[in-house]
Amino acid sequence: MATVYIDNKPYPVNPQENLLHQCLSLGFNLPYFCWHPALGSVGACRQCAVKHFKDEHDTQGKIVMACVTAAVDGTRISIDDPEAASFRAGVIEGLMLNHPHDCPVCDEGGECHLQDMTVMTGLAHRRYRFEKRTFRNQDLGPLVNHEMNRCIQCYRCVRFYRDYAGGKDLNSFSLHDTVFFGRERDGVLESEFAGNLVEVCPTGVFTDKTLKQHYTRKWDQLFAPSVCVHCGTGCNTSVGERYGTVRRTVNRYNHEVNGYFLCDRGRFGYEFVNSERRIREPRLRGEPAAPETAIEHLRRAVAHGGAVGIGSPRASLESNFALRSLVGAGRFFCGIADGEASLIRLMLDILRTKPVRVPTLQEIELSDAVLVLGEDVANTAPRIALSLRQSVRQSSFDIANKLKIPLWLDNGVRDAAQDRRSPLFVLATQATRIDEIATETFRAAPDDLARVGFEIGKSVIGPDSGAGGIGCDLVNEISTALKNAKRPLVISGSSCGSAAVIQAAANIAQAYGAALYYTLPECNTIGAALMGGGSLTSAFDLIRNGYADTLIVLENDLYRRAPRAEVDPLLEKVPHLIVLDSLVNDTSAKAELLLPAATFAESDGTFVSSEGRAQRFFQAFVPGDPIRESWRWLTDESWTRLDDVLAALAREIPELGRARDAAPSAAFRMAGAKIPRAPHRYSGRTAMLANITVSEPKPPDDPDSPLSFSMEGTEDKPPGPLIPFFWSPGWNSIQATNFYQKEVAGPLRGGDPGVRLIEPGQSNGKSYFSEIPEPFSPRQGEWLMIPINHIFGSDELSLSAPAIAELAPGPYVAIGSNGFAHESEVSVTIADETFRLPVRIRPELPAGIAGLSYGIPPVVGIRLPQFGKIEKIS
Amino acid sequence: MLAIEKPLTGNMRGDGSPVDIDAYEAGGGYQALRKILHGMEPKQVTQEIKSANLRGRGGAGFSTGTKWSFVPLGPDVPNPTYLVCNADEMEPGTFKDRLLMERDPHQLIEGMIVACYAIEGDVAYIFLRNEYRLCAERISRALAEAYDRNYLGKNILGSGFNLEMRLHISAGRYMCGEESGLLNALEGKRANPRLKPPYPTTAGLFGKPTVVNNVETLCCVPHIINHGAEWFRALSHSDDGGTKLYGVSGKVKRPGLWELPMGTPVREILEDHAGGMRDGLKLRGLVPGGASTEFITDADLDLPMDFKGLAKAGSRMGTGTMIVLDDNTCPVGMTWNLMQFFARESCGWCTPCWSGLGWAERLLAAMEDGNGEQGDIEKLEQLAKWWSPGNTFCALAPGAAEPLQSALKHFRDDFERHIREGHCPHH
Amino acid sequence: MLTAEEIGEIEHEAKNYPVRSAVTIDALQIVQRHRGWVSDEAIQDLANHLGVSKADLDSVASFYNLIYRHRVGRHVIHLCDSVSCWVMGYRQVREELEKQLGIDFGGTTADSRFTFLPVVCLGCCDHAPAMLIDGDLHTDLSPGSIANTLERYL
Ligand SMILES: Cc1cc2nc3c(=O)[nH]c(=O)nc-3n(C[C@H](O)[C@H](O)[C@H](O)COP(=O)(O)O)c2cc1C
Ligand code: SF4
Ligand code: FES
Repeated sequence: MATVYIDNKPYPVNPQENLLHQCLSLGFNLPYFCWHPALGSVGACRQCAVKHFKDEHDTQGKIVMACVTAAVDGTRISIDDPEAASFRAGVIEGLMLNHPHDCPVCDEGGECHLQDMTVMTGLAHRRYRFEKRTFRNQDLGPLVNHEMNRCIQCYRCVRFYRDYAGGKDLNSFSLHDTVFFGRERDGVLESEFAGNLVEVCPTGVFTDKTLKQHYTRKWDQLFAPSVCVHCGTGCNTSVGERYGTVRRTVNRYNHEVNGYFLCDRGRFGYEFVNSERRIREPRLRGEPAAPETAIEHLRRAVAHGGAVGIGSPRASLESNFALRSLVGAGRFFCGIADGEASLIRLMLDILRTKPVRVPTLQEIELSDAVLVLGEDVANTAPRIALSLRQSVRQSSFDIANKLKIPLWLDNGVRDAAQDRRSPLFVLATQATRIDEIATETFRAAPDDLARVGFEIGKSVIGPDSGAGGIGCDLVNEISTALKNAKRPLVISGSSCGSAAVIQAAANIAQAYGAALYYTLPECNTIGAALMGGGSLTSAFDLIRNGYADTLIVLENDLYRRAPRAEVDPLLEKVPHLIVLDSLVNDTSAKAELLLPAATFAESDGTFVSSEGRAQRFFQAFVPGDPIRESWRWLTDESWTRLDDVLAALAREIPELGRARDAAPSAAFRMAGAKIPRAPHRYSGRTAMLANITVSEPKPPDDPDSPLSFSMEGTEDKPPGPLIPFFWSPGWNSIQATNFYQKEVAGPLRGGDPGVRLIEPGQSNGKSYFSEIPEPFSPRQGEWLMIPINHIFGSDELSLSAPAIAELAPGPYVAIGSNGFAHESEVSVTIADETFRLPVRIRPELPAGIAGLSYGIPPVVGIRLPQFGKIEKIS
Repeated sequence: MLAIEKPLTGNMRGDGSPVDIDAYEAGGGYQALRKILHGMEPKQVTQEIKSANLRGRGGAGFSTGTKWSFVPLGPDVPNPTYLVCNADEMEPGTFKDRLLMERDPHQLIEGMIVACYAIEGDVAYIFLRNEYRLCAERISRALAEAYDRNYLGKNILGSGFNLEMRLHISAGRYMCGEESGLLNALEGKRANPRLKPPYPTTAGLFGKPTVVNNVETLCCVPHIINHGAEWFRALSHSDDGGTKLYGVSGKVKRPGLWELPMGTPVREILEDHAGGMRDGLKLRGLVPGGASTEFITDADLDLPMDFKGLAKAGSRMGTGTMIVLDDNTCPVGMTWNLMQFFARESCGWCTPCWSGLGWAERLLAAMEDGNGEQGDIEKLEQLAKWWSPGNTFCALAPGAAEPLQSALKHFRDDFERHIREGHCPHH
Repeated sequence: MLTAEEIGEIEHEAKNYPVRSAVTIDALQIVQRHRGWVSDEAIQDLANHLGVSKADLDSVASFYNLIYRHRVGRHVIHLCDSVSCWVMGYRQVREELEKQLGIDFGGTTADSRFTFLPVVCLGCCDHAPAMLIDGDLHTDLSPGSIANTLERYL
């Protein structure tokens, strides 16, 4: 700790940081633009000027930019100094010369950092009397809107997009006061992190185009702390609602998980909640039914004793548990396809017993040597790819440290280190988006990837543990990098469908003392796996053999879990099919009883992320009756609140019991008050329903959480898991996050949301996996079909969001070439099904391997990898 | 005798043709190189330059020897070390480096080789502005000649010292002259300035130790090595060593460029060498060293042109090439022209610069056109103050502040008249 | 598609730098030398060849005033509009050029013969006003000398 004097008062500061960072951490209102807590300092906007004094006798002082000045011990600065204040006022005036007078029609209005800083600095009058510059805006695709006239040339967009996220198609053009930020020409932004521009841009240049379709001011939305449902990473989000529809998703800072950024699937996937395809009422044999009738039917079916329940990796712990309790643990089955489920159990077993630790995303960013084995993370767990893009900067930081360049001095570090990267190796079945930052890439069939993986482990584990015959330089290079690293990391997962790959990754992590992260496909994959239950096939067998006459399917489309040829007869056969879900799908279409399930935005619950972190999400609004949380449909009268379910869960499955601590219980109060979901300027509440009735309805009660459905409640900042939105006096934009952290860019006050359920096991470090697969041998006339994941397309729910659907590819088969023409139609036969699919040439695919677009109907429910045939259609 | 008093230009030919390698050698060329290769340690060379009080001729006047001494030496230093010759000469009113390159390219090349030897440089670039076509031709030929005689390349003159030297032709923009903008341009990027740290001498071009020096600075180097620091200091009338190329443009009788002892008084340059004002015109003021220096007036003419002398008049020597304002030319118009230049050349990185310069330019244009308003002068003063060193990211906008605020001081009546009378009295 | 000659020249320049992307500015100038200007197509060709994005390339191209992202005439006039020339009568010269060419700065004559652009101080302030036509320096300009000078560029 060092001491810095700010306006003559001493404050303890962190000398490793810059003055702006420390002033904000101390709660001062010091305006800024170009600095961003995750992007560091570049000193471009000159907004954060303060007066710097040599010592206590210096009365003159000198203007410095706080963001590029180190907070060294004994520094004396003044924020209030009139010259500094007038300099800052000058900067705002300069930034506002060309800024349009369009706040009333600007989507950023009410949460605009430029607005906040202008008010903070006291500028209220424009003296500039000349013509403003004007730009042509670009069509950047369905996610992000572009309105360049609002730009203040802070360069944040390009620094995030290019430097931080590795995007290539957004840049700055021209110079002086007409720098243009955009693409070389109109077109869809290519980076899967483009949506963050909406939050990174301090004004309304880049705004959320999906929000624009149903625009509501920030102050008019009800927000709930939520967790992304579109992959297993568990990014924290905030969901905004008005008039019973979700308006948007924004990032919710969690230092250990997503930090400041989301991927575009997570940000824009929410629109499925508003989908036309929502199930909005119970249906009994296709006819609308009253909720009571539906419940009655459900009870009777279960009471009969022959009910089987299939859970879901996309339903909450609570809903899965409610189903399990309803049908009994012995008749509760895992809603994950068998092959995948056994891999997940293997991973869980490794993580629970082996002495390897699952890293947080924050720890992934700090890793200084990374091996990715068999995953296309940019498409299966996109936010992890963004963390990996930061991890390769570790060696730049070493250079900077040597040259005594503070790490927050972003352009200094980049100028000194240029493109230096720390080791990252990507060993996968196909090319991935992070290959461009990899030290080496290697492509092979899953079995061969596993063999290389075992070989990498061998140099530590011992000569017998390797595959042999792979004496390549790559193996040595990777071993050396992992050995030399201080914080090595191995990433793998289930998308190769290979136990050997998973085991090899475990061997490496264990041998090199590396962290081990398995990416998992769905938001509650781990939660569902920990819930236990028999395999999906055994559930199917019970039904096929007539041991069950009722099948209850919880938020799950069985056609995505098993081949159509298997599911069709099954659903034909079962006398009573009860489905709870939020969107219609092939399974729900066959339901005798269909129950409308609340989506994540309309319910409370807990998901367990790939990190093993249990995190609570809360409803942004109460869904229109009769939609309700699945657990509410499934429970008898004994559970009336979420806390009841969690208490029962803790009793029944102690390992999952700690999920209770993911957030304070419903009884939690701050100075006796609930936490408001609505910003305190929430307007028009009295008028919202005036077309129906003029008496203002009472806001709904919330028995499940300490949050209220109104602007009334505590004015204090809630604890991490309960922050619906970020706001601080004078800070209406997302930048208010600064005031919720212990130190800017550090953990949230009171700790980051979530509890980790899985910590390294104690098993002795000497036991290793040793079942090494034979080398892959291509088959004559057949192809090993591997899954090709798509950030936009492979996730079931977000595919129902129109903007995401627009960016998703149709189903296709990828082939190395072998005489097939790009875009030509072929017939693909796999698992007894035949599809007509267009060909995409992916020359990098190993011999004998073809790829199938994953999760994109109708090519779903097929276990991959699996051999199949491809034939030309003449 | 003459050659010694005018080390930089004394050897040049009267007909404008370049000194070729034979002529250069005949006049003692590449002797400095031989001298250091066979008898001086890099540190000694730097020490000699330091003792000579050679200060950078690019405008800022930083001690050249001191700059070189910041470069880490020895086997552990990240390779390569770079030298960049700043031949971007784009400061309006400046026309000195062009002469040196067109007429005696080997002098520059030898200076660069010596500099590289001192900093243990491995690769040198000459960063040349695009419009200097003749310089490009002549430097290219001279480089080929120097490679041919093994003054460049591997194992130079059998010494074991290797050096590659390349000519880079810029694609325009004044910001390329700013040394960190120059490094970005050489890396194939936009010429935005860089933040310090890192200083170029520790991590500059491609992240490696780099020295950037002006053409004229480097041209002094061989002479210092040949004749010694003391000799170089004695050339000067002031504390700063050597001679200086001084130029005069504007409505004087004989605009031109002269090599004179450092510290020659302004009056002597203006009246003796440039022949004074054209008949019928009176001096109203001058900017002494390129567009980014403060106006001085006839009261200041006896000050010496060196790095300290003009401070008394609140100005700077800058590049040493003065632009004269006569009484028939409008000071407001001239100031507007200067601001137009700076506004156009702002790279667009920091707010006071990109935003303020455009505003200043528009205010002055309005004033010149008779559309000035009350308060405009005060706004211009504020803008000039806003661009004080340290307030902006690099020295471009502070450079613009210098002529603006001094014009507002010395020619305030003219500005007021423009507003009051609603037109430019000179039109 | 870049021509073999263009590629040859670019690769030759690329050897001067330790990092391939550093050749960007030279490459833009090489293409411009061959094609007169840098069209969108040229940006695409260069981007392919250098392995950088079009946005990255155009970001650089649009920064430098001597890279033309618009088609220019057969001859490019760069009239110095900096201070010494301004003092020495640049305005009259400019007016004369505008009159004779019928275009203002930034314009190209209808017959594509000339493009007329301003340029920063050409470093011949002692012979102001000055201009470049296709890189040839013309100094001590006066309105009277313009017609003769232009005649040499057909
Ligand atoms: C906007 C700007 C333009 C500059 N242009 C030049 C230039 O064209 N030539 C030059 O030698 N120095 C120029 N300088 C100064 C350089 O930044 C640098 O100080 C100089 O090249 C160092 O060389 P020296 O120490 O030999 O003087 C410029 C500075 C600024 C701020
Ligand atoms: S578009 Fe936004 S983020 Fe980019 S420079 Fe302009 S104001 Fe800054
Ligand atoms: S925030 Fe400090 S200069 Fe922009």
